[in-house]
Amino acid sequence: MDTMIQFAYVISAGLFIFGLKQLGSPATARRGNMISSTGMLVAIVAALLDQGIVDYQWIVIGIVVGGAIGAGAARMVQMTSMPEMVALFNGFGGMASLLVGWAALSPDAGTFTLVTIILSILIGGLTFTGSLVAYGKLSETIGSGAVLFSGQQVVNSLIVLGILGGAVMFCLDPSNLTWLFVVIALSLVFGIMAVIPIGGADMPVVISLLNSYSGLAACAAGFAVDNNILIVAGSLVGASGIILTQIMCKAMNRSLSNVLFSGFGSGKQDTT
Amino acid sequence: MIPAVVFLTFILMLSIFLGFELINKVPATLHTPLMSGANAISGITVVGAISLAGTGNQDLANWLGAGAVALASINVVGGYLVTDRMLAMFKKKEG
Repeated sequence: MDTMIQFAYVISAGLFIFGLKQLGSPATARRGNMISSTGMLVAIVAALLDQGIVDYQWIVIGIVVGGAIGAGAARMVQMTSMPEMVALFNGFGGMASLLVGWAALSPDAGTFTLVTIILSILIGGLTFTGSLVAYGKLSETIGSGAVLFSGQQVVNSLIVLGILGGAVMFCLDPSNLTWLFVVIALSLVFGIMAVIPIGGADMPVVISLLNSYSGLAACAAGFAVDNNILIVAGSLVGASGIILTQIMCKAMNRSLSNVLFSGFGSGKQDTT
Repeated sequence: MIPAVVFLTFILMLSIFLGFELINKVPATLHTPLMSGANAISGITVVGAISLAGTGNQDLANWLGAGAVALASINVVGGYLVTDRMLAMFKKKEG
Protein backbone atom coordinates (compact mmCIF):
# COMPACT_ATOMS: atom_id res chain seq x y z
CA MET A 1 0.00 0.00 0.00
CA ASP A 2 2.77 2.37 0.92
CA THR A 3 4.47 1.75 -2.42
CA MET A 4 1.19 2.47 -4.22
CA ILE A 5 0.93 5.81 -2.40
CA GLN A 6 4.48 6.73 -3.41
CA PHE A 7 3.70 5.89 -7.05
CA ALA A 8 0.57 8.04 -6.84
CA TYR A 9 2.84 10.88 -5.70
CA VAL A 10 5.03 10.30 -8.75
CA ILE A 11 1.96 10.58 -11.01
CA SER A 12 0.85 13.70 -9.21
CA ALA A 13 4.30 15.29 -9.60
CA GLY A 14 4.16 14.51 -13.33
CA LEU A 15 0.75 16.19 -13.58
CA PHE A 16 2.09 19.29 -11.79
CA ILE A 17 5.02 19.54 -14.18
CA PHE A 18 2.88 19.02 -17.27
CA GLY A 19 0.27 21.46 -15.94
CA LEU A 20 2.86 24.18 -15.31
CA LYS A 21 4.27 23.66 -18.80
CA GLN A 22 0.82 24.11 -20.36
CA LEU A 23 0.09 27.15 -18.20
CA GLY A 24 2.93 28.91 -20.01
CA SER A 25 1.13 29.07 -23.36
CA PRO A 26 -2.15 30.95 -23.99
CA ALA A 27 -3.81 28.18 -26.03
CA THR A 28 -3.35 25.48 -23.39
CA ALA A 29 -3.29 27.51 -20.18
CA ARG A 30 -6.75 26.65 -18.94
CA ARG A 31 -6.24 22.95 -19.57
CA GLY A 32 -2.88 23.21 -17.81
CA ASN A 33 -4.57 24.53 -14.69
CA MET A 34 -7.03 21.64 -14.87
CA ILE A 35 -4.20 19.10 -15.18
CA SER A 36 -2.37 20.66 -12.25
CA SER A 37 -5.49 20.53 -10.08
CA THR A 38 -5.96 16.87 -11.02
CA GLY A 39 -2.43 16.28 -9.77
CA MET A 40 -3.39 17.90 -6.47
CA LEU A 41 -6.48 15.68 -6.21
CA VAL A 42 -4.38 12.55 -6.81
CA ALA A 43 -1.90 13.63 -4.11
CA ILE A 44 -4.64 14.36 -1.56
CA VAL A 45 -6.45 11.06 -2.18
CA ALA A 46 -3.15 9.19 -1.89
CA ALA A 47 -2.38 10.98 1.38
CA LEU A 48 -5.80 10.03 2.76
CA LEU A 49 -5.08 6.34 2.07
CA ASP A 50 -2.02 6.39 4.33
CA GLN A 51 -2.29 3.70 6.98
CA GLY A 52 -0.99 6.00 9.69
CA ILE A 53 -4.27 7.87 9.50
CA VAL A 54 -6.83 6.51 11.94
CA ASP A 55 -9.01 9.53 12.57
CA TYR A 56 -10.56 11.33 9.60
CA GLN A 57 -12.81 13.66 11.53
CA TRP A 58 -10.49 16.69 11.73
CA ILE A 59 -9.10 16.16 8.25
CA VAL A 60 -12.60 16.27 6.77
CA ILE A 61 -13.56 19.28 8.86
CA GLY A 62 -10.36 21.08 7.82
CA ILE A 63 -10.81 20.34 4.12
CA VAL A 64 -14.51 21.24 4.10
CA VAL A 65 -14.07 24.48 6.05
CA GLY A 66 -10.93 25.54 4.17
CA GLY A 67 -12.34 24.49 0.81
CA ALA A 68 -15.58 26.40 1.40
CA ILE A 69 -13.73 29.57 2.42
CA GLY A 70 -11.39 29.27 -0.56
CA ALA A 71 -14.18 28.60 -3.04
CA GLY A 72 -16.34 31.40 -1.64
CA ALA A 73 -13.51 33.92 -1.75
CA ALA A 74 -12.48 32.88 -5.27
CA ARG A 75 -16.04 33.26 -6.56
CA MET A 76 -16.82 36.54 -4.88
CA VAL A 77 -13.60 38.42 -5.61
CA GLN A 78 -13.71 41.18 -8.23
CA MET A 79 -11.65 40.60 -11.36
CA THR A 80 -9.61 43.70 -10.59
CA SER A 81 -8.78 42.40 -7.10
CA MET A 82 -7.27 39.11 -8.27
CA PRO A 83 -3.62 39.84 -7.39
CA GLU A 84 -4.37 40.67 -3.77
CA MET A 85 -6.55 37.56 -3.51
CA VAL A 86 -3.60 35.49 -4.72
CA ALA A 87 -1.47 37.20 -2.06
CA LEU A 88 -3.96 36.27 0.64
CA PHE A 89 -4.16 32.61 -0.50
CA ASN A 90 -0.39 32.50 -0.64
CA GLY A 91 -0.18 33.76 2.94
CA PHE A 92 -2.44 30.95 4.14
CA GLY A 93 -0.24 28.42 2.35
CA GLY A 94 2.80 29.85 4.13
CA MET A 95 1.05 29.68 7.50
CA ALA A 96 0.07 26.06 6.81
CA SER A 97 3.73 25.19 6.20
CA LEU A 98 4.66 26.92 9.45
CA LEU A 99 2.12 24.79 11.34
CA VAL A 100 3.28 21.58 9.61
CA GLY A 101 6.89 22.34 10.54
CA TRP A 102 5.90 23.03 14.14
CA ALA A 103 3.77 19.88 14.36
CA ALA A 104 6.64 17.78 12.99
CA LEU A 105 8.62 18.59 16.14
CA SER A 106 9.10 15.46 18.22
CA PRO A 107 11.47 14.61 21.08
CA ASP A 108 13.50 12.19 18.94
CA ALA A 109 14.02 14.57 16.00
CA GLY A 110 17.59 14.64 14.67
CA THR A 111 19.54 17.80 13.91
CA PHE A 112 18.73 17.66 10.19
CA THR A 113 15.01 17.46 10.93
CA LEU A 114 15.31 20.32 13.41
CA VAL A 115 16.99 22.51 10.78
CA THR A 116 14.24 21.77 8.24
CA ILE A 117 11.60 22.48 10.90
CA ILE A 118 13.18 25.87 11.62
CA LEU A 119 13.39 26.60 7.89
CA SER A 120 9.73 25.79 7.26
CA ILE A 121 8.72 27.93 10.25
CA LEU A 122 10.93 30.83 9.20
CA ILE A 123 9.98 30.87 5.51
CA GLY A 124 6.34 30.02 6.20
CA GLY A 125 6.05 32.75 8.83
CA LEU A 126 7.55 35.54 6.76
CA THR A 127 5.47 34.43 3.76
CA PHE A 128 2.34 34.71 5.88
CA THR A 129 2.81 38.23 7.24
CA GLY A 130 4.56 39.44 4.07
CA SER A 131 1.57 38.29 2.01
CA LEU A 132 -0.86 39.94 4.42
CA VAL A 133 1.00 43.25 4.07
CA ALA A 134 1.06 42.86 0.27
CA TYR A 135 -2.69 42.19 0.39
CA GLY A 136 -3.25 45.25 2.56
CA LYS A 137 -1.22 47.49 0.26
CA LEU A 138 -2.95 46.31 -2.92
CA SER A 139 -6.45 46.51 -1.48
CA GLU A 140 -5.48 49.80 0.17
CA THR A 141 -6.71 48.74 3.58
CA ILE A 142 -3.31 50.02 4.65
CA GLY A 143 -1.40 52.82 2.93
CA SER A 144 0.19 51.67 -0.31
CA GLY A 145 3.23 53.93 0.01
CA ALA A 146 6.66 52.79 1.10
CA VAL A 147 6.99 52.89 4.89
CA LEU A 148 10.42 54.08 5.96
CA PHE A 149 11.84 55.20 9.25
CA SER A 150 15.33 56.03 10.41
CA GLY A 151 17.27 53.08 11.71
CA GLN A 152 15.13 50.65 9.72
CA GLN A 153 18.14 48.76 8.42
CA VAL A 154 19.52 48.45 11.95
CA VAL A 155 16.19 47.07 13.19
CA ASN A 156 16.05 44.60 10.28
CA SER A 157 19.62 43.45 10.91
CA LEU A 158 18.78 42.88 14.58
CA ILE A 159 15.73 40.81 13.60
CA VAL A 160 17.81 38.65 11.25
CA LEU A 161 20.46 38.18 13.95
CA GLY A 162 17.70 37.29 16.43
CA ILE A 163 16.27 34.69 14.06
CA LEU A 164 19.71 33.16 13.43
CA GLY A 165 20.52 33.12 17.14
CA GLY A 166 17.15 31.66 18.07
CA ALA A 167 17.45 29.01 15.36
CA VAL A 168 20.91 27.92 16.56
CA MET A 169 19.79 27.83 20.21
CA PHE A 170 16.72 25.81 19.27
CA CYS A 171 18.76 23.25 17.31
CA LEU A 172 21.15 22.88 20.25
CA ASP A 173 18.37 22.42 22.78
CA PRO A 174 15.06 21.48 21.10
CA SER A 175 13.41 20.69 24.44
CA ASN A 176 13.41 24.41 25.26
CA LEU A 177 10.41 25.68 23.32
CA THR A 178 11.13 29.33 24.17
CA TRP A 179 13.57 29.55 21.27
CA LEU A 180 11.00 28.05 18.94
CA PHE A 181 8.52 30.77 19.86
CA VAL A 182 11.23 33.42 19.50
CA VAL A 183 11.89 32.24 15.92
CA ILE A 184 8.15 32.08 15.10
CA ALA A 185 7.53 35.59 16.44
CA LEU A 186 10.58 37.13 14.75
CA SER A 187 9.76 35.43 11.41
CA LEU A 188 6.30 36.95 11.51
CA VAL A 189 7.76 40.39 12.30
CA PHE A 190 10.39 39.99 9.60
CA GLY A 191 7.73 39.33 6.95
CA ILE A 192 6.13 42.67 7.79
CA MET A 193 9.44 44.54 7.88
CA ALA A 194 10.54 43.10 4.53
CA VAL A 195 7.44 44.24 2.64
CA ILE A 196 6.51 47.61 4.19
CA PRO A 197 9.42 49.53 2.59
CA ILE A 198 8.24 48.49 -0.89
CA GLY A 199 5.72 50.68 -2.71
CA GLY A 200 2.28 49.39 -3.72
CA ALA A 201 3.07 49.53 -7.44
CA ASP A 202 5.74 46.87 -7.01
CA MET A 203 3.47 44.50 -5.10
CA PRO A 204 2.84 42.05 -8.01
CA VAL A 205 6.58 41.31 -8.11
CA VAL A 206 6.64 40.93 -4.33
CA ILE A 207 3.69 38.52 -4.44
CA SER A 208 5.47 36.46 -7.08
CA LEU A 209 8.55 36.32 -4.85
CA LEU A 210 6.47 35.40 -1.79
CA ASN A 211 4.84 32.69 -3.89
CA SER A 212 8.28 31.30 -4.55
CA TYR A 213 8.96 31.41 -0.79
CA SER A 214 5.76 29.55 0.06
CA GLY A 215 6.95 26.81 -2.29
CA LEU A 216 10.27 26.67 -0.48
CA ALA A 217 8.42 26.57 2.85
CA ALA A 218 6.40 23.58 1.61
CA CYS A 219 9.65 21.98 0.47
CA ALA A 220 11.24 22.47 3.90
CA ALA A 221 8.10 21.10 5.55
CA GLY A 222 8.43 18.11 3.21
CA PHE A 223 11.92 17.40 4.57
CA ALA A 224 10.59 17.83 8.12
CA VAL A 225 7.79 15.27 7.72
CA ASP A 226 9.74 13.14 5.22
CA ASN A 227 7.30 13.45 2.32
CA ASN A 228 8.51 13.32 -1.29
CA ILE A 229 5.63 15.10 -3.00
CA LEU A 230 6.02 18.13 -0.74
CA ILE A 231 9.69 18.33 -1.65
CA VAL A 232 9.10 17.93 -5.40
CA ALA A 233 6.11 20.26 -5.72
CA GLY A 234 7.54 22.76 -3.24
CA SER A 235 10.89 23.10 -4.98
CA LEU A 236 9.13 23.23 -8.35
CA VAL A 237 7.10 26.22 -7.19
CA GLY A 238 10.13 27.73 -5.48
CA ALA A 239 12.26 27.59 -8.63
CA SER A 240 9.58 28.55 -11.15
CA GLY A 241 8.42 31.35 -8.82
CA ILE A 242 11.84 32.95 -8.63
CA ILE A 243 12.23 32.79 -12.43
CA LEU A 244 8.77 34.27 -12.91
CA THR A 245 9.72 37.05 -10.51
CA GLN A 246 12.81 37.79 -12.60
CA ILE A 247 10.76 37.84 -15.81
CA MET A 248 8.24 40.23 -14.24
CA CYS A 249 11.05 42.54 -13.12
CA LYS A 250 12.55 42.49 -16.59
CA ALA A 251 9.16 43.40 -18.07
CA MET A 252 9.25 46.51 -15.88
CA ASN A 253 12.86 47.23 -16.84
CA ARG A 254 14.11 46.79 -13.30
CA SER A 255 16.25 44.41 -11.38
CA LEU A 256 14.97 42.33 -8.49
CA SER A 257 17.28 44.00 -5.95
CA ASN A 258 16.11 47.35 -7.28
CA VAL A 259 12.51 46.39 -6.41
CA LEU A 260 13.29 44.84 -3.04
CA PHE A 261 15.54 47.60 -1.78
CA SER A 262 14.08 50.57 -3.65
CA GLY A 263 12.83 52.05 -0.38
CA PHE A 264 16.35 52.02 1.01
CA GLY A 265 17.84 53.67 -2.09
CA SER A 266 19.54 57.02 -2.35
CA GLY A 267 16.66 58.72 -0.63
CA LYS A 268 14.72 59.61 -3.75
CA GLN A 269 11.60 57.83 -2.47
CA ASP A 270 12.01 58.85 1.13
CA THR A 271 9.26 61.42 1.05
CA THR A 272 6.59 59.32 -0.66
CA MET B 1 23.02 1.89 2.79
CA ILE B 2 22.55 5.34 1.29
CA PRO B 3 20.43 7.52 3.59
CA ALA B 4 17.06 8.70 2.30
CA VAL B 5 18.16 12.31 2.67
CA VAL B 6 20.53 11.84 -0.29
CA PHE B 7 17.67 10.77 -2.54
CA LEU B 8 15.49 13.61 -1.32
CA THR B 9 18.28 16.09 -2.06
CA PHE B 10 18.62 14.57 -5.54
CA ILE B 11 14.89 15.13 -6.08
CA LEU B 12 15.23 18.70 -4.79
CA MET B 13 18.05 19.52 -7.22
CA LEU B 14 16.25 18.05 -10.24
CA SER B 15 12.97 19.82 -9.40
CA ILE B 16 14.77 23.15 -9.14
CA PHE B 17 16.31 22.72 -12.59
CA LEU B 18 12.95 21.66 -13.95
CA GLY B 19 11.23 24.68 -12.41
CA PHE B 20 13.77 26.97 -14.09
CA GLU B 21 13.29 25.29 -17.45
CA LEU B 22 9.48 25.25 -17.35
CA ILE B 23 9.09 29.01 -16.96
CA ASN B 24 10.77 30.25 -20.11
CA LYS B 25 9.44 32.70 -22.68
CA VAL B 26 6.05 33.08 -21.05
CA PRO B 27 3.99 35.92 -22.56
CA ALA B 28 3.38 38.86 -20.19
CA THR B 29 -0.41 38.32 -20.15
CA LEU B 30 0.12 34.93 -18.55
CA HIS B 31 2.34 36.15 -15.71
CA THR B 32 -0.45 36.62 -13.18
CA PRO B 33 -2.32 33.37 -13.98
CA LEU B 34 0.95 31.46 -13.90
CA MET B 35 1.82 32.96 -10.52
CA SER B 36 -1.63 32.08 -9.25
CA GLY B 37 -1.44 28.54 -10.64
CA ALA B 38 1.98 27.96 -9.10
CA ASN B 39 0.65 29.38 -5.84
CA ALA B 40 -2.11 26.76 -5.83
CA ILE B 41 0.53 24.04 -6.19
CA SER B 42 2.37 25.38 -3.13
CA GLY B 43 -0.76 24.37 -1.21
CA ILE B 44 0.67 20.83 -1.55
CA THR B 45 1.62 21.27 2.08
CA VAL B 46 -1.95 20.03 2.71
CA VAL B 47 -0.63 16.52 2.06
CA GLY B 48 1.87 16.86 4.90
CA ALA B 49 -0.82 18.36 7.11
CA ILE B 50 -3.21 15.46 6.43
CA SER B 51 -0.73 12.92 7.78
CA LEU B 52 -0.37 14.99 10.96
CA ALA B 53 -4.06 15.70 11.48
CA GLY B 54 -5.16 12.07 11.31
CA THR B 55 -2.94 10.40 13.89
CA GLY B 56 -5.84 10.08 16.32
CA ASN B 57 -3.68 11.43 19.17
CA GLN B 58 -5.46 14.37 20.71
CA ASP B 59 -2.20 16.28 21.08
CA LEU B 60 -0.79 19.60 19.95
CA ALA B 61 0.65 18.17 16.72
CA ASN B 62 -2.80 16.88 15.79
CA TRP B 63 -4.42 20.29 16.28
CA LEU B 64 -1.64 22.09 14.44
CA GLY B 65 -2.09 19.60 11.60
CA ALA B 66 -5.85 20.17 11.50
CA GLY B 67 -5.31 23.93 11.34
CA ALA B 68 -2.77 23.46 8.57
CA VAL B 69 -5.23 21.29 6.60
CA ALA B 70 -7.82 24.08 6.73
CA LEU B 71 -5.38 26.85 5.77
CA ALA B 72 -3.76 24.84 2.97
CA SER B 73 -7.22 23.88 1.65
CA ILE B 74 -8.05 27.57 1.30
CA ASN B 75 -4.85 27.99 -0.70
CA VAL B 76 -5.50 24.96 -2.93
CA VAL B 77 -9.20 25.41 -3.67
CA GLY B 78 -9.09 29.20 -3.86
CA GLY B 79 -5.89 29.19 -5.89
CA TYR B 80 -7.15 26.86 -8.61
CA LEU B 81 -10.56 28.54 -8.87
CA VAL B 82 -9.08 32.03 -9.10
CA THR B 83 -6.62 30.87 -11.77
CA ASP B 84 -9.45 29.31 -13.75
CA ARG B 85 -11.51 32.49 -13.54
CA MET B 86 -8.59 34.56 -14.79
CA LEU B 87 -7.94 32.20 -17.69
CA ALA B 88 -11.62 32.06 -18.62
CA MET B 89 -11.65 35.84 -18.97
CA PHE B 90 -8.45 35.67 -20.97
CA LYS B 91 -10.00 33.30 -23.49
CA LYS B 92 -13.10 35.43 -23.93
CA LYS B 93 -10.96 38.45 -24.75
CA GLU B 94 -9.03 36.48 -27.35
CA GLY B 95 -12.07 35.14 -29.19
